[in-house]
Amino acid sequence: MESFSLILAIVVVTALAFDFTNGFHDTANAMATTISTGALKPKVAVAMSAVLNLVGAFLSIEVANTISKGLVDESGIQPEVIFAALVGAILWNLLTWLVGLPSSSSHALMGGLIGATIASAGLGAVHGDVLVTKVLIPAVAAPLVAGIAAMIATRLTYALGRNADDNTTSKGYRAGQIASAGLVSLAHGTNDAQKTMGIITLALVAGGSIAPDSDPPTWVILSAGVAIALGTYLGGWRIIRTMGKGLTDLQPQQGFAAQTSAATVILASSHLGFSLSTTHSVSGSVMGAGLGRKHGVVRWSTATRMFVAWGLTLPAAALVGALAEFVTSFGAWGTGLVAVFLVASSAAIWVVSRREVVDHTNVNDTEEPAGVVTTAIAAVTPPPVGHPAEDLAASVPAGQETPANSSSPSAVA
Amino acid sequence: MHIDWAALGSVFGVSLVVTVALVALFTLGIAGLSKKESATGASAALAVAGAYACFAACAAAVAYGISLIVA
Repeated sequence: MESFSLILAIVVVTALAFDFTNGFHDTANAMATTISTGALKPKVAVAMSAVLNLVGAFLSIEVANTISKGLVDESGIQPEVIFAALVGAILWNLLTWLVGLPSSSSHALMGGLIGATIASAGLGAVHGDVLVTKVLIPAVAAPLVAGIAAMIATRLTYALGRNADDNTTSKGYRAGQIASAGLVSLAHGTNDAQKTMGIITLALVAGGSIAPDSDPPTWVILSAGVAIALGTYLGGWRIIRTMGKGLTDLQPQQGFAAQTSAATVILASSHLGFSLSTTHSVSGSVMGAGLGRKHGVVRWSTATRMFVAWGLTLPAAALVGALAEFVTSFGAWGTGLVAVFLVASSAAIWVVSRREVVDHTNVNDTEEPAGVVTTAIAAVTPPPVGHPAEDLAASVPAGQETPANSSSPSAVA
Repeated sequence: MHIDWAALGSVFGVSLVVTVALVALFTLGIAGLSKKESATGASAALAVAGAYACFAACAAAVAYGISLIVA
């Protein structure tokens, strides 16, 4: 019984760690445009987003229930499987953060879950049709819907506002951006904090400590909300820079149109029953706003890197999740090995990130990010030297290259 | 496999209409406020009143958004 509750504790801690990475990964969604147009100071922006995420976490448990009661068969799930899934999702989140690319935390989580489930229970335990309808189609639809809406809105706001005086304009759009960014933060808290609640609940159900089909316990809601708020406050400055400055140059009008489009799409999708990823919606709306301004440009090289990351998210997280599940299936020492590997590679990614620090002081500096990305990838690829889990460390980067080489179907998705 | 095209279509339609309408209202509000500087008398008062009506509609939309999140 003792080892049984130990694995549950490990799962809960790992889930909260994922929630934390989700927070700082997705700060960009709410605040990148607000920061890059100067509507809010960087620190103020992330603080506001953190508070609204925390509030949002307490507002609803609908999304948590979708995760804990739908995507995979609960009967085939062990706590170890969820742990392995989270390892895949966390590592993918950290890696994309290191290279400064926005990618969907929910796709990473679903990918990890799918990979770990396949490794543990075979292909049959994953609902393939749910995968297509809930993951692949939304990933294509979200940026298109948000992008087109933002593009038309940008055109319109420039046309209607061309005679307005500068002072009123700058004050007005500043307020508008803050309001729409606040809505996105709130919606993010209700959506994404709940994903962690759903995962922890799934683990508790799988471990037998609460009944199937239960709602998340209060302590789960509380800790998930705090973890995502802390992550948000820390701020994923690398991703904020890409989203706010890397994809296109945003003026306040565009920032407002983009953020309004993103907020509308996120709310409309979650309430009309066709859930779209926040990250994909915001990225799409930023690009749409870039295209909507006369002489506006979208840096397609950055956008292409981002699309590739989107395509790789699910398979890469699935592969790491599957490998982690394979190792944990050897028993307690396997689980320990994966835990050590997770901590060590997270630390390694953090150390690499310190070579080129991006924080609230230089988040709006534009520079060619290609060099950063290449060096970051080059620095990550070799496994940590002299590490106890060297076999596994070596196999993970190799594994992440496999989908890269055969990526045509997934990259399209 | 069942793909809910109707739901996707309505998300697209609603998002497009609401985004464009909100941004248009907001911009009209800003344009109205800045007219206050150039115009005088009744037309300035009208412009400001129109601007505040636009901002009120936007605020109502934000409130509705929050109520959707809470629900």
